[in-house]
Amino acid sequence: MATIRIPTPMRRYTNGERLVTVSADTVAAAIAELDGRFPGLRERLIDGDGQLHRFVTVFVGEQDVRLLGGLATPLEDETEVSIIPAMAGGA
Amino acid sequence: MAVERLRCRECGTEVPVGPVYVCERCFGPLEVVYDVEALRRLPLRQRIESGPRSMWRYADLMPVAYDPVVDLSPGFTPLVPAPRLGRTLGLRRLYLKNDSVNPTWSFKDRAVEIGAAAARRFGYEVLACASTGNLANSVAAHAARAGMRAFVFVPAGIERSKILASAIYGPTVIEVEGGYDEVNRLCAEIGEEHHWAFLNVNMRPFYSEGGKTLAYEVAEQLGWRAPDDAVIPIASGNLLVKICRGFQELVTLGLLSEAATRIHGAQAEGCAPVATAFRTGTEVRPVRPQTIAHSLAIGTPADGRYAIAAARATGGQIEAVTDEEIVDGMKLLAETEGIFTETAGGVTIATLRKLAAAGAIDAGGTTVAYITGIGLKTQEAVAAALPASVRIRPTLRAFEQAVLTTAAG
Repeated sequence: MATIRIPTPMRRYTNGERLVTVSADTVAAAIAELDGRFPGLRERLIDGDGQLHRFVTVFVGEQDVRLLGGLATPLEDETEVSIIPAMAGGA
Repeated sequence: MAVERLRCRECGTEVPVGPVYVCERCFGPLEVVYDVEALRRLPLRQRIESGPRSMWRYADLMPVAYDPVVDLSPGFTPLVPAPRLGRTLGLRRLYLKNDSVNPTWSFKDRAVEIGAAAARRFGYEVLACASTGNLANSVAAHAARAGMRAFVFVPAGIERSKILASAIYGPTVIEVEGGYDEVNRLCAEIGEEHHWAFLNVNMRPFYSEGGKTLAYEVAEQLGWRAPDDAVIPIASGNLLVKICRGFQELVTLGLLSEAATRIHGAQAEGCAPVATAFRTGTEVRPVRPQTIAHSLAIGTPADGRYAIAAARATGGQIEAVTDEEIVDGMKLLAETEGIFTETAGGVTIATLRKLAAAGAIDAGGTTVAYITGIGLKTQEAVAAALPASVRIRPTLRAFEQAVLTTAAG
């Protein structure tokens, strides 16, 4: 089971839950599973072209999935997945 | 004038002001909303010109009220004519906006003044940030000034001077194993769990407004005119976007009759996601930074796409330069104009040189290069490129032998 951290701006879709566990084995499958439990979440994360929304960054463990396998990035047991708004930070 | 609302840049959704930075509907960035009509009714030019010699002369155009508790009086830094550098590059009217003379020696003080005032407005007692060094210095200093606690997060292995220049003010300095992008991600997550004001995360809509004062000052210092070309370093891209916006707002507010400034961006080749996307016409793709310009080493630049839009809309270019060109740029600026800038300034000068050589800048027009930080913080970058000093016995003979013969040769 992988654990997904839900950022504050998305918690109203998860009834306030900030940690959700999923049995999916890829990022894409995890998002589908999330959407099954919390309808509407997929739309917040994936754009019309089936890609991660440009204002969303997803990390698997310590890595940005765009530097891994994107939505196909595999999830192992006990992996932590973090969803982070892309607009944070800046110098 | 204190703002009361935030608006999503992407979908236009408005929310009351608060410590939030992304739109709940689309995740787009939230920005402060000014009452432009009320501002237009004020005698702005007179109010500005009679204001303090700091960024707070533009208090009417800031999103928070002036807060003396956090004020270190940054801004209103010199706009220096650069005739010797200009001759070298073939530019007739070149100016340098020397923002390395701020209270903590970088442009970051402008953003932190506003972000720290916002943090106090929202009742925070702890200031924090994700930083490549300069922002951490500024946050630590402002927290000290205000008697607040500070936690500053930086990538492990940044320049020693940037660590020291935070530590002296008494914050907790956390070196995170990873680059800036990892630090940033960690801070976004900490911000979810702890009631801290992260200047460049949950204070970002306020904090990022500070960059606009770099447009206001240049326009005022040029006699209420906008330059023809401006060259600005890109890390997240936010500074470039805000300077561009600053010139446009002065037109909207009637302080400038027009602003046709070409906005050019400067990156290091070892971290050039914005320059690459500008050249190829694609979305900004993340990179793993590898450059001596640590303060610009953001592999996932939050405002990258807006920086590209600003350059395109104004007819500007975004270029990248090698580490060797960065060092040459730092030396060139120091040797021609007597200003010792950090690596980011080297990126700006090297890019200016490249753009001038390519004819992308109007050689007869007014050009402004933004020098955003001081060289003493990044001495490692140039140490190996500088000649050793001459060491002698205290005798005239030794002097004449070692120094005059060397100099003559």
